[in-house]
Amino acid sequence: MWDWGYANSILPKLLEVIPTTLASAILGFILACLLGLPIALARRSSKKWIAWPVAAFSEFIRSTPLLIQLFVLVFVFPQSFNITLSPFLAGVIGLGLHYSTYLSEVYRSGIDSVPRGQWEASIALNFNKLRTWLRIVLPQSIPPTIPVMGNYLIVMFKETPTLSAITVVELLMTAKVIGSASFKYVEAFTLVGIIFLVLSYPSSLLVRALERRMKRNERRGIA
Amino acid sequence: MDWLSLDLLPPLLKGLKITLLLTVISIVVAFCFALLAGLGRLSRFAIVRAIMSTYVEIFRGTSLLIQLFWIYFALPMLLDVRLSAMTAAVIALGLNYGAYGSEVVRSSILAVPKGQIEASTALNMTPYQRMRRVIFPQAWVMMLPGFGNLQIELLKGTSLVYLITLADVTYQGMTLRSFDISRTPAILAWLLILYFIASYTLTLIVRLSERKVVKGRG
Repeated sequence: MWDWGYANSILPKLLEVIPTTLASAILGFILACLLGLPIALARRSSKKWIAWPVAAFSEFIRSTPLLIQLFVLVFVFPQSFNITLSPFLAGVIGLGLHYSTYLSEVYRSGIDSVPRGQWEASIALNFNKLRTWLRIVLPQSIPPTIPVMGNYLIVMFKETPTLSAITVVELLMTAKVIGSASFKYVEAFTLVGIIFLVLSYPSSLLVRALERRMKRNERRGIA
Repeated sequence: MDWLSLDLLPPLLKGLKITLLLTVISIVVAFCFALLAGLGRLSRFAIVRAIMSTYVEIFRGTSLLIQLFWIYFALPMLLDVRLSAMTAAVIALGLNYGAYGSEVVRSSILAVPKGQIEASTALNMTPYQRMRRVIFPQAWVMMLPGFGNLQIELLKGTSLVYLITLADVTYQGMTLRSFDISRTPAILAWLLILYFIASYTLTLIVRLSERKVVKGRG
């Protein structure tokens, strides 16, 4: 059933869209990183009227499927708010917004891991709030989260096939088009699977290695 | 009360039933695969470890939607069998979340203190007794939070089955939308609300059962 000649002939078409797939994942990840931090900070705020709505919003985003959120961006936004987004842009925003709620938890765990003494020392040194956050807390809380962030980048990369549902021409969409033209789905879908595996597996090994290395350094007292 | 669009609910709830049924069956299947692969990766036999690791890495390294399409469109062509959308969905969700769950199982078992294993060896327990009576009950408590998160992810993941035309709640919503595009905002709002209620209920169930298990060990 597997046709090598045919597989060879469609491979270039699939490889061609890898940049789109990667771009949507990376741009989505950057957006998620940028949105995640303010969400994490707002949820820690002592002002209830800030902390509460942000917490509710982020729990809502986390508990509902990305697919439906993408549909909202492409179907409801043009109709209700007169904002028309290209499928790619909607995909990036959807991915970024959805995963910002996950990344905010990562930031939170990083912030929580800063020892209390650091906060107290900043007060003793008469640092103001902004300076405490920028010079003391964030520089210590973000580096330990880098491996987890890396994992989320890989997770988001693997989530990009969902964007095919809003007609973003990424790997799975291309495979579907190729498959439906020739009724040969086996080669197209298998190749997409292999491409994802080839890209994501080494990256996850890299993240694991980074994680081990950071743990080792931590024990030695370097990081 | 028009703005509530309650007339949309009956067809959506019909779809929600399929979504919930699919979620429950897939959780059971995923749980079985998670135990099998999680324990298999700790096996004494290298061949079992190799097979289970390959399964886990393949399913964690590609994405759910690709697996779903592969099982629904490609697998029947390869093996010349017919799979219903429901069967394909259960297989894909079960295998995918089973692979993620196996990591929860494996890491929890590895987190049981070494002294426990040594003590059960000293008590002359067989490897089976050791796992069944000493290691697994302690690992189980540690597994629950991880499983809870995966169950929510699985519930959200079921929305993708709409793309292989299984009549879940998303599918019903999109069908309603094709009748009257002007009602898209109401339909999608209801979809979001229904999914939120479903995952929140799941969260509460998980939390309750966690409390129960922890209480038993207090």
